[in-house]
Amino acid sequence: MTDASFRHRDLLGIQGLTPPEIQHLLDLADGHVDQCRGLDKASDAMAGRTVINLFFENSTRTRTSFELAAKRQGAEVINMQVSTSSVSKGETLIDTAVTLNAMHPDVLVVRHPESGAVKLLAEKVNCAVVNGGDGSHEHPTQALLDALTIRRRRGRLDGLRVAICGDVLHSRVARSNIFLLTTMGAQVRLIGPRTLVPGSFVAMGVEVFTNMKDGLKDCDIVMMLRLQTERMRGNFIPSVREYFRFFGLDRDTLARARSDALIMHPGPMNRGVEIDSEVADDFERSVIREQVEMGVAVRMAVLNLLARNLDDRRRNQPLTGPGGA
Amino acid sequence: MAIDTPGRVAYINARLLDPATGLDAGGGLLTEGEHIVHLAPGLFRDGPPVGAQVVDCRGACLAPGLVDMRTQLREPGQEHKESFKSAGRAAAAGGVTSMVGLPNTNPVIDGEAAVEFVARRARLIGLAKVFTYAAATKGLEGRELAEVGLLRQAGALAFTDGVKAVADAQVMRRLLAYAASHDLLVIQHPEEPSLAGSGAMNAGEMATRLGLAGIPREAELIMLERDMRLVAMTGARYHAAHVSTAEGVDILRRAKAQGLRVTADTAPFYFALNELEVGDYRTFAKLSPPLRAEADRQAVIAGLVDGTLDAIASDHCPQDADTKRLPFNLAEFGGIGLETLLPVTLSLVHGGHLSLLDALDRVTRAPADLLGLDAGRLRTGAPADLVVFDPDRPWKVVADTMRSKAKNTPFDGHLVQGRVIRTVVDGRAVFPEGEG
Repeated sequence: MTDASFRHRDLLGIQGLTPPEIQHLLDLADGHVDQCRGLDKASDAMAGRTVINLFFENSTRTRTSFELAAKRQGAEVINMQVSTSSVSKGETLIDTAVTLNAMHPDVLVVRHPESGAVKLLAEKVNCAVVNGGDGSHEHPTQALLDALTIRRRRGRLDGLRVAICGDVLHSRVARSNIFLLTTMGAQVRLIGPRTLVPGSFVAMGVEVFTNMKDGLKDCDIVMMLRLQTERMRGNFIPSVREYFRFFGLDRDTLARARSDALIMHPGPMNRGVEIDSEVADDFERSVIREQVEMGVAVRMAVLNLLARNLDDRRRNQPLTGPGGA
Repeated sequence: MAIDTPGRVAYINARLLDPATGLDAGGGLLTEGEHIVHLAPGLFRDGPPVGAQVVDCRGACLAPGLVDMRTQLREPGQEHKESFKSAGRAAAAGGVTSMVGLPNTNPVIDGEAAVEFVARRARLIGLAKVFTYAAATKGLEGRELAEVGLLRQAGALAFTDGVKAVADAQVMRRLLAYAASHDLLVIQHPEEPSLAGSGAMNAGEMATRLGLAGIPREAELIMLERDMRLVAMTGARYHAAHVSTAEGVDILRRAKAQGLRVTADTAPFYFALNELEVGDYRTFAKLSPPLRAEADRQAVIAGLVDGTLDAIASDHCPQDADTKRLPFNLAEFGGIGLETLLPVTLSLVHGGHLSLLDALDRVTRAPADLLGLDAGRLRTGAPADLVVFDPDRPWKVVADTMRSKAKNTPFDGHLVQGRVIRTVVDGRAVFPEGEG
């Protein structure tokens, strides 16, 4: 049955989702946390369904998380790691989409180094598509797992003051989090040098700070971002050493935030670049490992939900949707 | 009705429109062979002349054929995207009777043989007249001057590095100084490449949301400001192509007031569309320069109204599906425009910004004069390059029905007004197909 609280075929981004839709996804995900913690983790909720992880960018963590989320519900999972160089050699993104579509998967999880690429692919298939991260655009399941982590710790999202620090410009995690947190009523602050946090972000309903001391003041959540040197074309910071000095998170800078502020990081961490090990491993404050745990629960909920919606769609309409390139 | 060589053709019941003289009156026009031999208000009111083929315009507008001063024809080298023939058909359907191609073909048009190739090939096809610019620097590499004097003698109308700016200030200075001594026109794509970088759309809120690298407006402004200094230094004739920003229009307005020999054009994209057209990564809206903000669009219109922007060019840039059906950042820049040049230009009339004569001026007399072409006028003795059109007729632009080989129109799905009924080149009807 189509889930009346979430009628979308795909999850391409957080932008455009309503607060009740986000709340619903988080509720569903919360229900999977205990299942994952139990001795017997398997269910047959997705038995007979096929999930393809189509990754045009190297990833171990996210791919593994999606894979576990599908397998724990009894789905078949295929992992396809496509190097972007072979794509540019001839087979286009759309060719790949059409080919896979012909094999009738139920859900495609797609990660691609270019912003908008997952949406382009989604237009050409008639299965459900989950954006596993597209360029610097969106990474919706990461924002959902961050929100679930916060909600379980703090009991709410609205009214919280959240700082997102570092390489916001290149970060799809930051964008999805900005969309989600502002939609749910949290106050979002971005902190970083102007080269990585341009003023144009203000239009997204956030405050922008250029130093950690002012930006972190009274924050409930400190979300650190990875410095994405692989996406940088040109010189955005003078050196990693200087970056850590001014924008890295250590005990001193953290002292500006609320004393019970939670520390988050989407991983993988560059220790000593954006975050000090002492802080990252702080058992009391750091919820970085919990984020990974919530990731599986969130992805279980998303895959399950989209597969159910898709079944209903298929019963109601013949499979003659898009597919021709 | 079809005849082999154009004899005498009488256009009756026409609304004659000639921007050069301000003529706007009901009347008739007579062509003989390749030329206009007579035109006057009220002409043929008492019936067409004996022995002439008669074209009854039924009250529609009869104007000089459009002169499109910026197109990419892709021949030689990329005939899978466009050719003289396919572009010629698109031009004919759009009322364009003369078009000028950029030299960024393969091989680059930087030698006399290439200029002559274009002239010969285009003549054989016999649709819209094809003219060409030649490279300003050898191989469009921005380092050594091309043989601009010889290329001019071979027939190149002006000199440009096409879709690239001449970026090096010293090279540009020498190009302008040398061009000034031969009274040649230099056309610049005003964009500072180091600032445009790998950007894919206008820098700003929308690019930020979409996670795309932006091209700041300052890339255009810095290049225009620099070039104005170099023009002042050298006294050269300079033309800025496809101006897209409000402040860019201001820079040109000041330069003209200062008396510099500067002209400029814009394309319909920049006065009819803004960056919102990119929407959800629509690559047909990926243009160079990028579509800008709404305030820029309005300022570009103001520039056309006060004459700061002299001409409108289609900026026709054919791209095939393989280079457009890609993630936005990887897709090529450009949109086709030959068939939509007239109706989108007429939107300025329907929107109350320009009179019909002034709008036509920007696509006929102005570009013809700027390039020294014997075109763009209804005048006895002039080549019979004409367009008959209904300025009000509405139609919907559908990419797949475009005559261009490439279908990448940013206006796909847009409703426009103004449809070409007949296009005449050298006295011969080239549109509708099969006439003349």
